[in-house]
Amino acid sequence: MADSLTSASNGSPDDQSRRDFLLYASTAVGVTGTGLALWPFIHSMNPSADTLAMSSTEVDLTPIAEGQAITVTWRGKPVFIRHRTAAEIDAASQVTLTDLRDPESDETRVKKPQWLILVGICTHLGCIPLGQKPSDPRGEYGGWYCPCHGSVYDTSGRIRQGPAPANLAVPNYTFLSDTSVRIG
Amino acid sequence: MSSHKFENKVIQWLDDRLPIFSVLQHDAIDYPTPRNLNYWWNFGSLAGIMLVIMLLSGIFLAMAYTPNVNLAFGSVERIMRDVNYGWLLRYLHMNGATWFFVVVYIHIFRGLYYGSYKAPREVLWWLGLIIYLVMMGTAFMGYCLPWGQLSFWGTTVITNLFSAVPLVGDAVTTWLWGGFSVDNPTLNRFFALHYLLPFVLFALVFLHLVALHTTKSNNPLGIDVKGPQDTLPFHPYYTIKDLFGLGILLMFYLGFVFYNPNYFAEPTNYIPANPLVTPPHIVPEWYFLPFYAILRSVPDKLGGVIAMFGAIVIFFFLPWIDSSKVRSATFRPIYKQIFWIFVIDCLVLGYIGSQPPEGIMVPLGRVFSVAYFAFFPLLWVIGKLERPKPLPQSIAAPVLKGSHASHSDKPKEKA
Ligand code: HEM
Ligand code: FES
Repeated sequence: MADSLTSASNGSPDDQSRRDFLLYASTAVGVTGTGLALWPFIHSMNPSADTLAMSSTEVDLTPIAEGQAITVTWRGKPVFIRHRTAAEIDAASQVTLTDLRDPESDETRVKKPQWLILVGICTHLGCIPLGQKPSDPRGEYGGWYCPCHGSVYDTSGRIRQGPAPANLAVPNYTFLSDTSVRIG
Repeated sequence: MSSHKFENKVIQWLDDRLPIFSVLQHDAIDYPTPRNLNYWWNFGSLAGIMLVIMLLSGIFLAMAYTPNVNLAFGSVERIMRDVNYGWLLRYLHMNGATWFFVVVYIHIFRGLYYGSYKAPREVLWWLGLIIYLVMMGTAFMGYCLPWGQLSFWGTTVITNLFSAVPLVGDAVTTWLWGGFSVDNPTLNRFFALHYLLPFVLFALVFLHLVALHTTKSNNPLGIDVKGPQDTLPFHPYYTIKDLFGLGILLMFYLGFVFYNPNYFAEPTNYIPANPLVTPPHIVPEWYFLPFYAILRSVPDKLGGVIAMFGAIVIFFFLPWIDSSKVRSATFRPIYKQIFWIFVIDCLVLGYIGSQPPEGIMVPLGRVFSVAYFAFFPLLWVIGKLERPKPLPQSIAAPVLKGSHASHSDKPKEKA
C-alpha cells in the first residue's frame, strides 16, 4: 500500500521533499509532546508545596554558655549554634585566606563574632560532623570532625582537611534581640 | 518455528497457537551445551533462582511492611515478632541479598577468567553489567526500607553522591529526596522503586538469556563449538548439574538464615533512624565495600564519585581493552596471574572499605585503588606481549584423545 503510494508520486521531487517535511515535522511534534508529557511525572518527585512552605525556627540563646554549642532543627536539617570563646574567634580570624580550600573570611560568616551559626551537614556526603558535645572529637582545627570520611572543619566551620569541597553553610538568620535568633 | 511435534494433542493444539512448549523443548531440553562446562558455569542459573527467591520473599514481606518514617521500623519489628513466619521471610530476604551477590560476583569473575566478554558475546556481557547495576540499585533502596540508623545514613551518603555533579547536582539530589533531606517522600519512592526494579531485572535476565542462546555458551577452553560431538543436550546433563549446585548453595544460604541470620547485618541498623545523629562508623553492605573504599581513597568529592562509578563503567569497555584473541585464561599464563591479583585486590579493597578511614587505611586504600585501575591498561599490554599456549583442536579432541576409534556423536564420558 505504502509502496504504491510512493511509486505513484515518485515522479515529482517536490512531492518527495513535502513528504520529508511532513515526516520530520510530525516526528518533532511527537517528540516534544512526549517530552512535555513526561515533565509532570518528573516534577511530581520534586519537593511538594507543603514541604516547600517556608518555616523558621526561633532559638533562645541564654542557656548556651561560652564554649558550648547546641543543635536545633530547621527544615529537617540540624543547625549548629556555637558560643565561641575569644581564643576560637582569634584562631578563626587569623587564618590566611590563601590557605583555605573555600576561601571565606571569618567576618563574612558571622553576624556577631561570638555566635557561629551553621547548617550542620558535612558538605561532602551529608553526614553530621562531630564536635557539638564536649566529649566529641573536634579535629585538628578545633571545629568539627566528620566521622564518615574524615573531613575536618575549623572554628569558623571552614573546610581544612578531607574530601569535603566547601565550608559548612551559613543559613539565613536574624537576631531578634541580644539573646534570641530566628533561623530561616 | 514450532518444528517440534508433540504426541499429546492438547499440547500440540496449544503449541500451534502459542509456542511455549517448543520454545522450552528447544531452549531448555534439547539446547546444545558445550560438553566440558565445569562448576563455575552453575552460577548463572543459581543467580536466576536467587532472583525468584527475592521476588517471592519480598512480595510477602511487602504485605506486612509500611513505608512511612514513623511506622517503617516498627512494621519490620512486627514482621520479626508477630507476623506468622515473618522472621523467616525477612531473614530469607536479608540473607538472600547477600547470597545473590555472592553468586553474581562469582558469575562475573567466571566471565573474566574465561574471557566470556569477548566477541561475539559483548552484548551478553553488557546486559550482565546492566543487571548488576540495577541489582545494586535495588539492594541499596531495599536497605533503606527498615529505616534504621544505617538505612538512613547510607541513603543520605549515597544520594549525596549526586550532589557532586557540577551545576545541577543540588537540584538532582533535592529531586531524588523530594525534600531538603532524606525523609518520608524518599522512603515512599524507594519502596515503590524497590518493588518495581526486581521485575525490570526479570525482563533484563530474559534478554540476557536471549543473547546467550544466540551466541551460545562459552566454555572452559574458550574455543568455539565445532559440531555436535562438542555438545550435550541441556537436559538432563546440565539440569542435574545445576540442581546439585543449588543444593550446595542452599546449604550455605539456609545455614546462615537458620543459624546466624544477622551475621552479615550491622547491629547499628537495629537502632531507629535519627536524622540528627550520624553513627560513629557508617559502612555500607559488604557487597558495596570495594567501591566505597575507592570513593574514600580520592581526596576530592567529584573525583571520588567519578572513580567509584568509573570502577564499574570501565567493565563495559573490556571487550576492547583486552587485546588478546584467546579467551580462556587456561591458555594465557600471564593473564592468569594478573587475574588472581585483581581478585585479591578487590577483596583487600573490600576489607579497607569496612575499616574507619584513619591511619594506615588511607594510604593502603590509595595503593589498592590504583592497582584496581592499573589492571585494565595492563590487560591491553599483556594481550600484545603474552605468548598463549597452543589451543586444542576442538572441545571433543582432548576428551577423546587417544580413543579415536570411539568417534561417535553420542556422549560417552564427561569432561
Ligand atoms: C533483586 C532483588 C532484591 C534485592 C537484592 C533486595 C534487597 C533488599 C534488602 C538488602 C533489604 C533490606 C533487608 C533488611 O536489612 O532488613 C530489603 C528489604 C525489603 N524488600 Fe527487598 N530485595 C529484592 C527484591 C524485593 C522484591 C521483589 C520485593 C517486593 C515486591 C521486596 C520487598 C522488600 C521489603 C518490603 C523490604 C523491607 C522489609 C525488610 O527490611 O526486611 N524486595 N530488600
Ligand atoms: S560526609 Fe563528611 S566526610 Fe564524607
